[in-house]
Amino acid sequence: MFWGYQLFIVIAATGYLAGITQSKEYAEPEWYTDLWLTIVWVAYLLVFLGTIWKRKEPHIYVANWFYLAFILTIAVLHITNNLAMPVSLTSVKSYSLFAGVQDALTQWWYGHNAVGFFLTAGFLGIMYYFVPKRAERPVYSYRLSIVHFWSLIFIYIWAGPHHLHYTALPEWAQTLGMTFSIMLWMPSWGGMINGLMTLSGAWDKLRTDPVIRMLVVSVAFYGMSTFEGPVMSVRAVNSLSHYTDWTIGHVHSGALGWVGFVSFGAMYCLTQWLWKRPRLYSFALVEWHFWISTLGILLYITSMWTSGIMQGLMWRSYTDLGFLEFSFVETVARMHIPYIIRAVGGAMYLVGALIMIYNLYRTARGDVRVAELKDQPAPAAATVPAR
Amino acid sequence: MYERLAAFAQSWGLLLFVLAFVLVLIYALLPSNRETFRKAARLPLGDDERPGDPQDETHDRGDRTR
Repeated sequence: MFWGYQLFIVIAATGYLAGITQSKEYAEPEWYTDLWLTIVWVAYLLVFLGTIWKRKEPHIYVANWFYLAFILTIAVLHITNNLAMPVSLTSVKSYSLFAGVQDALTQWWYGHNAVGFFLTAGFLGIMYYFVPKRAERPVYSYRLSIVHFWSLIFIYIWAGPHHLHYTALPEWAQTLGMTFSIMLWMPSWGGMINGLMTLSGAWDKLRTDPVIRMLVVSVAFYGMSTFEGPVMSVRAVNSLSHYTDWTIGHVHSGALGWVGFVSFGAMYCLTQWLWKRPRLYSFALVEWHFWISTLGILLYITSMWTSGIMQGLMWRSYTDLGFLEFSFVETVARMHIPYIIRAVGGAMYLVGALIMIYNLYRTARGDVRVAELKDQPAPAAATVPAR
Repeated sequence: MYERLAAFAQSWGLLLFVLAFVLVLIYALLPSNRETFRKAARLPLGDDERPGDPQDETHDRGDRTR
């Protein structure tokens, strides 16, 4: 499965370079690549189901529910959105089963739920395991996690049409997508509160354990971007934000902040557990990673907000005579400074990740930074139990 | 066809969703599930590789067989 997925990525990425695409956002690979991914993904589902099947614990922990929803829904989305007829069996070109607005709606039903079930449900599964594990506290409310799970998956699947405001999609369908997006506030914030409050009684770990801080900031970014998302799905806001860098900023606060940081936190835990190390190589380096990357994200998203709102305002401004005030290239020229800030922010984020890789490599080798043993009596002493 | 589907979604669809949500709430809030959920919440904290650890109540079930 692992190599199958790597092969899919290689085929997809080289396909981009060769100009092979079916022109669907997040679903660019052509029919033969899609078929291969389907095989790999079904294998993934079977491995996961088999693991659940032979469990000894009668109750299936909430993290596994999220993971199952993620794998299953991605399979359904992938297959439906990629229903296509190849020109011939030897041709890379295919034509979608859908056309026009049906095609657009299927695409954004797929696209938005790729975010909802891959980057949200899957990573909520990671949150529900690693936050309690690292904090050594049970999840704040298990009841809330159940309501969180079912309401999130029921509501998310309807939010896609908010990508198609002011298009040929019937207005009621746009309104439906917008309404469900706003309703998503509830499960999203329920989940965020559940993650954050898991630390109640262990808040001191925020100060002593940079890994838990990374996980908590990740959940905070989840809360922030899931607040921003519903706002942007409102038709009036969308008329300003759509097609601008605001969307890019929103996506990156989710991808770099939530998805990235929860993965970093999980990797710090996993490396220590897999190699059975009593502690990480260096907590100082985790601190460096944390602060450099957090500042990087902040630079990134604030520059994209600035750039996006500016673009949106410039695109919609008219002169007294009713002509557009700015040509497109003028808006591009104005984005120069925000793009420099964006590049700096992105580079800082990358530097943070490289620091992590070094730290994890040394941890796996079993090294411990000697200086840290002396001056801090292992901030991790409390969190050592590993698994 | 379109009108029929839309009417179905706007009436029975709504009812189905409200009903599903109510069922989830009942399942989550049912007092007899309280103990199951209390144990479930502690599942990730169990540690099945270090038998010498002081055990909490979640370890009394299942863990010995692992």
